[in-house]
Amino acid sequence: MPKLPSSDRWLRFAIKPAVFAACLVPFTLLAWGAVVGDLGANPLERVTDVTGGWGLRLLLITLAVAPLRRLTGWNRLLNLRRMLGLFAFFYVTLHFLAWAWLDQQLSWGNIFSDIAKRPFITVGFAAWLLLVPLALTSTRGMMRRLGRYWQRLHQAIYAVGALGVLHYVWLVKADLLEPLIYAAVLAILLAVRWRPQLLTRFAWGGRPINAR
Amino acid sequence: MLIKKPADIKPSQITDPRLYARRRELLKRAAALGLGAIAAGPAAALVGRPGTGDPIPDLVDTAYGDKLEPTAHEHVTGYNNFYEFGTAKTDPARKAQTLQPRPWSVVVDGECDAPGEIGIEDVLNDFTQEERIYRLRCVEAWAMVVPWVGFPLGRLLERFRPNSNARYVEFETLLDQQQMPGQQRAVLDWPYREGLRMDEAMHPLTILATGLYGELLPNQNGAPLRLVVPWKYGFKSIKSIVRISFTRQIPETTWWRLAPEEYGFYANVNPDVDHPRWSQARHRMIGAGLFDDKQVTLMFNGYADQVADLYRGMDLTKFY
Repeated sequence: MPKLPSSDRWLRFAIKPAVFAACLVPFTLLAWGAVVGDLGANPLERVTDVTGGWGLRLLLITLAVAPLRRLTGWNRLLNLRRMLGLFAFFYVTLHFLAWAWLDQQLSWGNIFSDIAKRPFITVGFAAWLLLVPLALTSTRGMMRRLGRYWQRLHQAIYAVGALGVLHYVWLVKADLLEPLIYAAVLAILLAVRWRPQLLTRFAWGGRPINAR
Repeated sequence: MLIKKPADIKPSQITDPRLYARRRELLKRAAALGLGAIAAGPAAALVGRPGTGDPIPDLVDTAYGDKLEPTAHEHVTGYNNFYEFGTAKTDPARKAQTLQPRPWSVVVDGECDAPGEIGIEDVLNDFTQEERIYRLRCVEAWAMVVPWVGFPLGRLLERFRPNSNARYVEFETLLDQQQMPGQQRAVLDWPYREGLRMDEAMHPLTILATGLYGELLPNQNGAPLRLVVPWKYGFKSIKSIVRISFTRQIPETTWWRLAPEEYGFYANVNPDVDHPRWSQARHRMIGAGLFDDKQVTLMFNGYADQVADLYRGMDLTKFY
């Protein structure tokens, strides 16, 4: 095996496994709680909240990778993005399954009528649906095959983020503080995506790093 | 003055919770076996006390809900919507110790001939405290069964002699940012307000609760005095009441003001009228497992025989 540069070894054998393990922590805690029956007074509510919350947080973290790379100049951050995005998909899928299977008990009539007539569910479902092709085309092979279309397709992640935040804002009964924090983070991420020059003045070492 | 003395051993530490939850059934079986002489007496069928709070003396048992199995005390007192202490369900149990339920008095005013004030000790002494086991159905599509202690609201209202202009009753929760830190943020339009039509308020099922599980109300459940209207969604059952007013006009209730298309004045439990964002046809029982099925929600939360007459001729999809 050829010797890798030390920073690549760090990434492959330390940073990536650490991020992978960290992303699994919420799932592991939920699964453990389900096994020992310690998910509180309303276990389904707990599962729905935790999976939805981490799905949204990981989506925003995934979106933050590109601007963070530009801020820090550490290009290898991009190597973490696929894993973070797939974990976001993992949690959003669990969130969808918790609803469709445990809450709606796979009653397809109710599921589709809810998707059709309740806007916050419509929006949440659309976000999950949009994530499916992104997850399916996340492999190196698909990247190569799709070429420049891959970039264009994966811009959809911004729409998914926006739909996810909207889903959260709409579902809250009264206290909008937390969903609005997510909305603010999303707004910043969207701003630096379409106005990258906003970032350059903060870049470390004062050296602007070219976008993409 | 009630002095709290911690018990050395809690009954819940001695009795298996499953056995404890079935105690009524066990008592009935014991009676059937001719062991009634040991278990008899009016107190025999009262729900056992967990021993975490102050007992309510001279508690009278009633037939209300004697077929229902109460939700575990842990969940009744640990899973609460009480935004005055935070919006998470576990916030009230963790944070409500800032509430001071003594001394406490309730002002009763408005359209009545004898307005005045009543202290909580008088409430406890003057009205026979009954145990009533009711279903509680939250508008968020979950439910529990609570062994309340209280008395019919109508008995207290009569004392203040409502006049012929009194068509509604309005209730108000304490407004105090020190005792209720959640009020420091304008999550709701404080103080919390609720209301009933006069006939709803005088209905024998409508009670003012002073306790649950045989003990004084824990702070997180709305100490020292709260409303319980078992055929309406839980948000109607206003907590920690400081004012009751008889009014001519329909009261502007808190959730109605926030989102009138979602939370009506009546808020009767109705499986056929959806909340705009979710179905009300079924609900989840608190304490059920992750994979347990939901329960079918009954019209008026299963109290239709007693209360359906109050709404005869009304379009309940319009007056939700």
